[in-house]
Amino acid sequence: MVYGRGYEKGDEDMSELSGLKAKLGLDVFKHDSEPHIRIKPGMEKDPRLKAAVLVCPAGLYTENANGEVELTIDGCLECGTCRIACGTEVLEWNYPTGGAGVQFRFG
Amino acid sequence: MEKFDVIVVGAGLAGLAAAYTLAQAGVEVLVIEKGDYPGAKNVTGGRLYVNPVRELFPDLWKKAPLERFITREGASIMAGERSINVEYCGSELSQEPYQSYSILRAKFDRWFAKQAERKGAMLVSKSRVDDVIIENEQVVGVWAGGDELRADVIIACDGVLSLLAEKAGLRTLGNPKDYAVGFKEVIELDSTLIEERFGLEDNEGAARLFMGEVTRGKFGGGFLYTNKDSLSLGIVVGIKDLMEGSPTVQAPVLLDEFKQRPEIARLIKGGESVEYSAHVIPEGGLKAIGKLYGNGILLAGDAAGLAMNIGVTVRGMEYALASGYYAAQVVMEAKEKEDFTANSLSVYEKLLNDSFVIKDFIAFKEAPTVLDSPRFFKHYPELMGNIMKDVYEVPAGPKDRLYPTIKKYLTFKEMWSMAGDMRKVMKI
Ligand SMILES: Cc1cc2nc3c(=O)[nH]c(=O)nc-3n(C[C@H](O)[C@H](O)[C@H](O)COP(=O)(O)OP(=O)(O)OC[C@H]3O[C@@H](n4cnc5c(N)ncnc54)[C@H](O)[C@@H]3O)c2cc1C
Ligand code: SF4
Repeated sequence: MVYGRGYEKGDEDMSELSGLKAKLGLDVFKHDSEPHIRIKPGMEKDPRLKAAVLVCPAGLYTENANGEVELTIDGCLECGTCRIACGTEVLEWNYPTGGAGVQFRFG
Repeated sequence: MEKFDVIVVGAGLAGLAAAYTLAQAGVEVLVIEKGDYPGAKNVTGGRLYVNPVRELFPDLWKKAPLERFITREGASIMAGERSINVEYCGSELSQEPYQSYSILRAKFDRWFAKQAERKGAMLVSKSRVDDVIIENEQVVGVWAGGDELRADVIIACDGVLSLLAEKAGLRTLGNPKDYAVGFKEVIELDSTLIEERFGLEDNEGAARLFMGEVTRGKFGGGFLYTNKDSLSLGIVVGIKDLMEGSPTVQAPVLLDEFKQRPEIARLIKGGESVEYSAHVIPEGGLKAIGKLYGNGILLAGDAAGLAMNIGVTVRGMEYALASGYYAAQVVMEAKEKEDFTANSLSVYEKLLNDSFVIKDFIAFKEAPTVLDSPRFFKHYPELMGNIMKDVYEVPAGPKDRLYPTIKKYLTFKEMWSMAGDMRKVMKI
């Protein structure tokens, strides 16, 4: 079992979301063999994905300089918001395999 | 291949309520849960109102691991720099049986699952259901982690996204306007400090709701519940409003700003954040409730869309518990008839319609439309904050009389729009 993701104070970025990594570090995550959410190939620039950057409570979606949206799956809270906001034409969305992913201790 | 009488997918409140009820009646039931343990994936605000479901599970409440019974109800309207607060305390809130409790789901669901197992339900955790098995248009089982599991009937209690209901063809991907996202922190704080700060004794608890600037005027609000030795602090905000911007803000920023508000900072001071969680909430109301059953399958709880948001309070837990209970009743009737077709399971709709569940949804059916106006979450909080500021301010020079102070804000145009909004609110 991995407690937190081992973030150090120093590697927080200076963006508005700087405290977020530390926050996600509080949660218990269990490793999954493959990412449970993927941006469908070729959809990186799809305007529907831009919403994910705003709605993801874990701040896992970012837009790069080329206007492509990228997803880092580590720290996913499995809330489902990106699936509702962007839809399944741009996202391949599933829950992690049984026993993997976030495990809330309080909920 | 294994065959059971009933398979329940999801060990949340709906699933466990169904399993508990079925097992108690001696029906063979298997519960499949993808989390490490029941509750591991479940998030709520949260407050559970016990009254509507007390009699459905009479033996459950005495020993249930609930946090504090709520005796103080608070509401705050927050403008940028100021807030207006109302607190309600009533003797009925401090009398047994207590009306509502704060709750932490990882703790509660795990315990509830034990009670269901004690009654005879079988529970398999760490197992994800991947698909439904359909034969001759009848759901006859599920695939879970490569295993084929069959049952007379499946009760899908797999939460708000209900991928199972989609696979069974009972619904399609939801519309952002019918959903909110909630995210929260659990902040550990010494129980005596909690009691001092919120004016509580022993197991008494406080519930506070916040609207206005907390969501930057978007549909939703903030919440704070006292647990035994922690606080649940979070935000619920409409997904459509978040996507649309104006103003553009990333969801997590809202919670950080909320925590920094002086009104909140002093309540959580010295506390330690121990968990950050998030979850989608169905809140499209009556109109968004889709099909509740099909051949060989019933939906309960969030999977059936049975949660609602009336402005700032979210309710879903009682509906999950009750719908799980009624789904179990329907299955028992169907078992007697040996008929698990949609036709036989359609009694479910009638049971729900006759219960508090659908009655509540009908009573509040206008709420999502009426409250879908930025005036409620942005304009009024600012307006009221400004009026209060001027009412309380004593300037260096002479103070204006109260009437002109208020009149300045309540122009004819403002009063006209207010009257219009009032007429809409009266529909709720
Ligand atoms: C921030 C927030 C605040 C809220 N506040 C309140 C409140 O104060 N009061 C209130 O009454 N309600 C509140 N709600 C709503 C309430 O929490 C929900 O309505 C309630 O939890 C629904 O219960 P459920 O059993 O239907 O679903 P869930 O609790 O979501 O349970 C679904 C279960 O199914 C499992 N599952 C899903 N898919 C699969 C699969 N494929 N295979 C195996 N298992 C699966 C999940 O792991 C989970 O255990 C709030 C919700 C949120 C997010
Ligand atoms: S499921 Fe929630 S936490 Fe995970 S990527 Fe989507 S929005 Fe972010």
